[in-house]
Amino acid sequence: MLVIENLHARIGDEDILKGLSLTVKPGEVHAIMGPNGSGKSTLGHVLSGRPGYEVTAGTITYNGEDVLALETEERARQGIFLAFQYPVEIPGVSNMEFLKASVDILREHRGQDPLDSVTFMKRAREACTLANLDHSFLKRGVNEGFSGGEKKRNELLQMMLLEPSLSILDETDSGLDIDALQVVAEGVNNMRNDTRSFVLVTHYQRLLNFIKPDYVHVLADGRIVRSGDASLALHLEEHGYAWLDDEVA
Amino acid sequence: MSQELIDERIGKEYSAGFVSDIESDTLPPGLNEDVIRFISAKKDEPEWLLEWRLEAYRGWLEMPTPHWAHVDHEPIDYNQISYYSSPKSFEDRPQSLDEVDPQLLEVYEKLGIPLHEQEMLAGVAVDAVFDSVSIGTTFRAKLAEAGVIFCSISEAVHEYPDLVRKYLGSVVPRRDNFYAALNSAVFTDGSFVFIPKGVRCPMELSTYFRINEAKTGQFERTLIIAEEGSHVSYLEGCTAPMRDENQLHAAVVELVALDDAQIKYSTVQNWYPGDADGLGGIYNFVTKRGVAHNRARISWTQVETGSAVTWKYPSCILRGDDSVGEFYSVALTNNRQQADTGTKMIHLGKRSRSTIISKGISAGRSSNAYRGLVRMSPRAEGARNYTQCDSLLIGDRSAAHTFPYIESRNPSAVVEHEATTSKVSDDQLYLCQQRGLDAEKAVSMIVNGFCKEVFRELPMEFAVEAGKLLEVSLEGSVG
Repeated sequence: MLVIENLHARIGDEDILKGLSLTVKPGEVHAIMGPNGSGKSTLGHVLSGRPGYEVTAGTITYNGEDVLALETEERARQGIFLAFQYPVEIPGVSNMEFLKASVDILREHRGQDPLDSVTFMKRAREACTLANLDHSFLKRGVNEGFSGGEKKRNELLQMMLLEPSLSILDETDSGLDIDALQVVAEGVNNMRNDTRSFVLVTHYQRLLNFIKPDYVHVLADGRIVRSGDASLALHLEEHGYAWLDDEVA
Repeated sequence: MSQELIDERIGKEYSAGFVSDIESDTLPPGLNEDVIRFISAKKDEPEWLLEWRLEAYRGWLEMPTPHWAHVDHEPIDYNQISYYSSPKSFEDRPQSLDEVDPQLLEVYEKLGIPLHEQEMLAGVAVDAVFDSVSIGTTFRAKLAEAGVIFCSISEAVHEYPDLVRKYLGSVVPRRDNFYAALNSAVFTDGSFVFIPKGVRCPMELSTYFRINEAKTGQFERTLIIAEEGSHVSYLEGCTAPMRDENQLHAAVVELVALDDAQIKYSTVQNWYPGDADGLGGIYNFVTKRGVAHNRARISWTQVETGSAVTWKYPSCILRGDDSVGEFYSVALTNNRQQADTGTKMIHLGKRSRSTIISKGISAGRSSNAYRGLVRMSPRAEGARNYTQCDSLLIGDRSAAHTFPYIESRNPSAVVEHEATTSKVSDDQLYLCQQRGLDAEKAVSMIVNGFCKEVFRELPMEFAVEAGKLLEVSLEGSVG
């Protein structure tokens, strides 16, 4: 279970999160929506421990563990996964090599036996098929020369193989055509179960047509200003964010 | 990462840094004609070779030390170096590996180079050179069946004097440059390879160089002759103990590829690089050059991770028509290491082709320079060169430099040069860490990816080793 209480965070001199609280229980899907600059992406990076993001107040615990005391890689080993909005390229390092190294370390941390190469390859190919990526993508450099949509599906591929217990999808839907969007949604829906949780950071309601969230939160100026069920997203779609201004003020 | 942790890692990083307590017969420091006469006499050399050495020495005395390389080090006092050191048990030269001092064999075992043939990597013959002498060459009988000669150069002087006399200094003349002249005067051992006409060498050949004795220089000389239509793949590896003083290594390698012959020469250089503050380490000043005749191919692959200062330009003289020269290089510098390395491709033959792929990685406070010359002579009709020169920086205190020289005197020749400089970005590290990898593992993975084009040119067994070596050399490069 993820518990965020009164989180304040800044980048440099700029305060971005200003008292955000959120609880995500096992098996739940939460959607975080909100206007540009409201702090949606920052939330994802603070959770995963990106260097340069300073937490000035508040707490984050995951399964009882103090997340803020952990290094970036330790958080990943606890099962926290971030699907990046802008995945970087790592030229020359093949996707397969990268994924194998990652799967090995995560399995080791979970006390599981390492996967032999044959089993790993089989799983990697299956995940490729589900992500609608050709198997040749496993041999290519990580995100090297991938199109925007391919990069996003590569994030999905990683999520499916690493099997995190908490996945944060940072605008994974933006820039995707409707077919690719459905692929991502299917990937998430297939992984949903009683123990895995998802935080979907998104601008658009359309993703939520395919992944039905348990909760929708509206983030504005670094705080959650409204929470509700899936119908809140539809309301936002229709009325935009302007109607919130009065309430925030 | 705490300073303590970093110190601890750096202390651990050079695993070949042990000294072996082996009684040796070492000449007192100093260089003069008597020293050269001593070396020559010790090796029972013919008169012509002594004269050859003395001529080189006299040339060397008149030459100024070169200063054009982008490296900075204390001047070397050539009279403080010992020019000959041999394990004592070699006074009565062993006739076979079975007679070699077991303690010496242990040194190589410890380095992961077993010299007992039954334990060897399948299909790799090894010549092991310890300080100034070769201590044994494996698989000689099997190679002899194919007509291949693989022995130390000292033995070759006695057993194949005509070949040695014909080719020694034919590619790198005695007075070629300061360090080559010094080597020609005082070289002590090295490997000799001869592949007869039309023969494909049945196994990989390799030489393993080890400096053990303090205050000695190592001056090895390697000569490889591939007759018409023959093929050979050769690998050299190098290590030395950790010592506070700098030690000089000035080698010369000459390759002769006659018509239609192919020589592939790979190097994994891991001399002691000095400590984190730049104390100690090997000065690696090496001249390597090959001549390719008609349709012959010479390919240099090097992975350079060691040495305090590296000065090295494995080159190809593409003398024959349709000859091919290749240079694939990974040079990694960390802490206070300095490297000035690259190649020369001298195109003389028509339609001669060359490829240069250079990957320089600088970490810590190190400096890494690529220096390359591509020369198209007036008769090099239709010659082509492609150069790709990439630099990768780790941290913000290291430096990368590129000095490409292009001289084209034939309008039909084509020279292409591409160069990039990049940094291991924080975003790349973040992605890796978000997937559970620690920073050091992430850096080594990114660096390995950067070097991939070169690693795939290495013989298989050594590509893996090279990757591991990079990982070890990078330890402590991220804080």
